[in-house]
Amino acid sequence: MQRDPSLRDGMRAALPLILPVFVFGISFGVVAQPIVGGLAASVMSATVIAGAAQVAAVTVLDSGGGVAAAVVAGLLMNARFFPMALALAPALRGSRLRQLVEVQAAVDASFVLADQGDGTFSRGMLVGSWLPQTAAWVGGTVIGVLLGEVIPDPQRFGLDVVLPAFFITLLVRDVRTSGTRRTFAVMGLAIAITLALTPVAPAGMPVVVAAGAALLGLRR
Amino acid sequence: MTAVWVATALLCLGTIGIKAAGPLLMGEHEPRGRWLAVIALLSPALLSSLIVYQTFSGHPDGLVVDARVAGAATAVAGALTRLPMFAVMVLAAGVTAAVRAIG
Repeated sequence: MQRDPSLRDGMRAALPLILPVFVFGISFGVVAQPIVGGLAASVMSATVIAGAAQVAAVTVLDSGGGVAAAVVAGLLMNARFFPMALALAPALRGSRLRQLVEVQAAVDASFVLADQGDGTFSRGMLVGSWLPQTAAWVGGTVIGVLLGEVIPDPQRFGLDVVLPAFFITLLVRDVRTSGTRRTFAVMGLAIAITLALTPVAPAGMPVVVAAGAALLGLRR
Repeated sequence: MTAVWVATALLCLGTIGIKAAGPLLMGEHEPRGRWLAVIALLSPALLSSLIVYQTFSGHPDGLVVDARVAGAATAVAGALTRLPMFAVMVLAAGVTAAVRAIG
């Protein structure tokens, strides 16, 4: 019987994420500062704490889409957190209020790191891995806002593939430890849905629909 | 300028609400049987989708094939040959940067 991972285990698991998330934060700060201002960009990172949604919202504001369109774009991007939060709920302990606070630690990487492969999740890994990511995200944004003018384009160094590369290592590890034929079917379906919807659906929507590929688990 | 602050506040509250819906809707229910299988498959589904989305999505939309594909392919090869996670991430960035510099 393995011991339940602690907060410290979660923080350790998130160490490889600190640099890429920090760099992603810097690029958000650089991009958002001229559009929404440095203070709003920083406050957004500290309160919304969801990179893709923030990029989507700021992009809409920049193209003159208005507040409602920006909020809808951002929330569509974050809609994938809904199935994740449902899945995480049984792992949360304590009072209802405490559960509502702890479930806020559900972001992509913390969700996957907390996944124990059998349909259960570790609360320590979830919250522990969320803390350093959030610090790196907010810190990166502030640095990007402050140094935007002098920082070279992070894409020049290929830094925009560092997060997908991290997800690839997680997926390969996941498949190695608990992959079955059904896992491959789910992955194939999720990839097909994403490719089919990306050209036509609003930003974020393809990932939400692709999460539904997990419903293949209902088949015996 | 006000628009930005309204958007930020609504995004913050909306995101909190999306996540809070999990424990609020699940209540004391423990998932069992086939639903546990669905939940266990959420990670591979989300990861596959995010990887493809982050590799091929254009700005602001559409499908684009660019240097990111070379980086992602490198990451797949690196992960399959059991390179350490950090090496995979550095290699993927390096290959993407090289392809960008050439292209």
